[in-house]
Amino acid sequence: MGTNFSLDWIDYLVMVIYFLFVLGIGWALKRYMKDANAFLEAGRSMPAWVAGLAFISTNLGALEVMGMTGSGAKYGMLTTHFYWVGAIPAMVFLAMFMMPFYYGSKARSVPEYLKLRYDEKTRGLNAILFAIMTILASGISMYALAILMEKVLGWNFHLSLILAAAIVLAYTYLGGLSSAIYNEVLQFFIIVIGLLPIVILCLKDLGGWSGLKEHLAPIVSAKGFAADTWTTTWKYTGTAKANPMGVAWYGIFAGLGFVLSFGYWCTNFLIVQRAMSAKSSTAARNTPLIGAIPKMFIPFLIIVPGIAALVLLNKPGSGFSLPEISPGHYNYDYTIIALLKQYLPAGVLGLGITALLASFMSGMAGNVSAFNTVWTYDIYQSYIRPVTGNHEADEKHYLFVGRMATIFGVIVSIAAAYLASLFGNIMDFLQTIFSMINAPLFAVIFLGMFWKRTTGHAAFTGLLAGFLVALLHHGLTFPIGADTLVKGGWIYHLHSYPVEMAQNFWTAIFAFSTSALLTIGLSLVTRQKKSDGDLKGLVYSLTPKIKDKEVAWYQRSSTLAIVVLTIGVILTVLFW
Amino acid sequence: MGIDIKFPIGLMFFIMGLILTIFGLFTNSDAGLYHRSLGININLWSGTGMLVFGSLMLWLAWKSRKTKSK
Repeated sequence: MGTNFSLDWIDYLVMVIYFLFVLGIGWALKRYMKDANAFLEAGRSMPAWVAGLAFISTNLGALEVMGMTGSGAKYGMLTTHFYWVGAIPAMVFLAMFMMPFYYGSKARSVPEYLKLRYDEKTRGLNAILFAIMTILASGISMYALAILMEKVLGWNFHLSLILAAAIVLAYTYLGGLSSAIYNEVLQFFIIVIGLLPIVILCLKDLGGWSGLKEHLAPIVSAKGFAADTWTTTWKYTGTAKANPMGVAWYGIFAGLGFVLSFGYWCTNFLIVQRAMSAKSSTAARNTPLIGAIPKMFIPFLIIVPGIAALVLLNKPGSGFSLPEISPGHYNYDYTIIALLKQYLPAGVLGLGITALLASFMSGMAGNVSAFNTVWTYDIYQSYIRPVTGNHEADEKHYLFVGRMATIFGVIVSIAAAYLASLFGNIMDFLQTIFSMINAPLFAVIFLGMFWKRTTGHAAFTGLLAGFLVALLHHGLTFPIGADTLVKGGWIYHLHSYPVEMAQNFWTAIFAFSTSALLTIGLSLVTRQKKSDGDLKGLVYSLTPKIKDKEVAWYQRSSTLAIVVLTIGVILTVLFW
Repeated sequence: MGIDIKFPIGLMFFIMGLILTIFGLFTNSDAGLYHRSLGININLWSGTGMLVFGSLMLWLAWKSRKTKSK
């Protein structure tokens, strides 16, 4: 199939050094893990740059890297919508308007914010769905890692799975959230440094950006699109048919730029947890902004090589190939692997493989460290054993529970990974379903933060209804060409979308709208049980405005936000 | 918390960079090895880059340690 290769001793040496450092960081942190706060919240002590890089690294998992390089080949620079319009506005919004409430409310998790702002049932619903979702995500990522090791390096599937789980367990058990965060920072640098040689070599091979454009023109025209479709972002989004994504500008704007991205970046605890670990409220606000800067440049690292891969695939004599699912249909998920093989000799090859392994494992560690926090504070502490009043003994007890949850989380992830290997489709399905909790959650949190009238009953109903509508929409529609019910239409074929992405956008839009409208409507007819005093620090209009006058002008969040937005606009115009 | 992450990052890239640089120097005449990377000794380049990055991080870690102990 053309993507398997053997590694040299030097490649293994690089890999071993990396994992020694990963474990070493966990080991060095062990003696600081004296209470639950240190273990589950990193003691709220992270500098903004560390939290910021971890914030973006959590999102830069291996499945993301592999998938987005593949999307680069399939859709070209249109994929940058996931990085620019689909991320930057949401990250700036989180930093400027939401972080003050997440951080300032002293909530230790997103579900706990729901408890403080609304009530117990809203928290419970979110906590349970979130716990299931993180474990599933961790299991799927583990499965993908093991399958990759088996197919590409010829390692034993079971051994790869257990070894990866053991390393993740070791460093998260030892150092908790701090360990996960520090390793995410390390992973960020190794991904950038490990993938940079590919970008440089493929661009040099094809004659730079202008050479790439020239090579692309005939290939893209043959597909029936305008010659520069793969190297522009908004130019061909006037109609859905003119671009390979099959979505028009308003769909991208509303679906990706608003509902999906705000749902993901502003309410996903896995992400928000990184900012909540920051050492001060200014650092917490700066975390997403610092993360936004590398986020905007990641496309050049992973999408550009994907575009180059499309050229190589159509260039006789390049020797480049991708595994085929069926004749003529390539498995684009292997794009990055095939590129590693194409360009990297022993030495840097080990670095590239290590970068991929690193991102798989930190993805798992991120999920496990978010899971153990939600489990300990939002499920165990609220329903199984509440605080007793003896603070010191409590902290010790919850530290123990947090550690046990870590072990439990890893074991269940392994089980989920095996389920995925037996019923791959079902796991995909479950993940699609659970990814639907973000859009309604954003509606509920947004209304809660900016409208003091929003009530607990309304929020709970909105959250549940949004989730059910998403499910219903998925069950009634399907993307054209889908061969399994996993992709949708498992109730009835009411409507079909040209591509899966369009279906996802509209699922999110429907879920968000239902949830928002229902929450607003019910808030108007139900009684607000919380007084204005209860809601201080949780709702915008009842919280004193923050003035970050005490830090220098260049360290202020507003300055950073302007810088981030300016870079975003410049990049969008350059690649219009 | 506890440790300054700049130090392990710096140390790791310094060590990896050193290894790749030395490997690159020893394999410099191996045209077969660098056929893939268009004849460029990418190990030497990456290795040197990592050495510089690693040293920078170590220097920053050393500097912030000095200001802390003051």
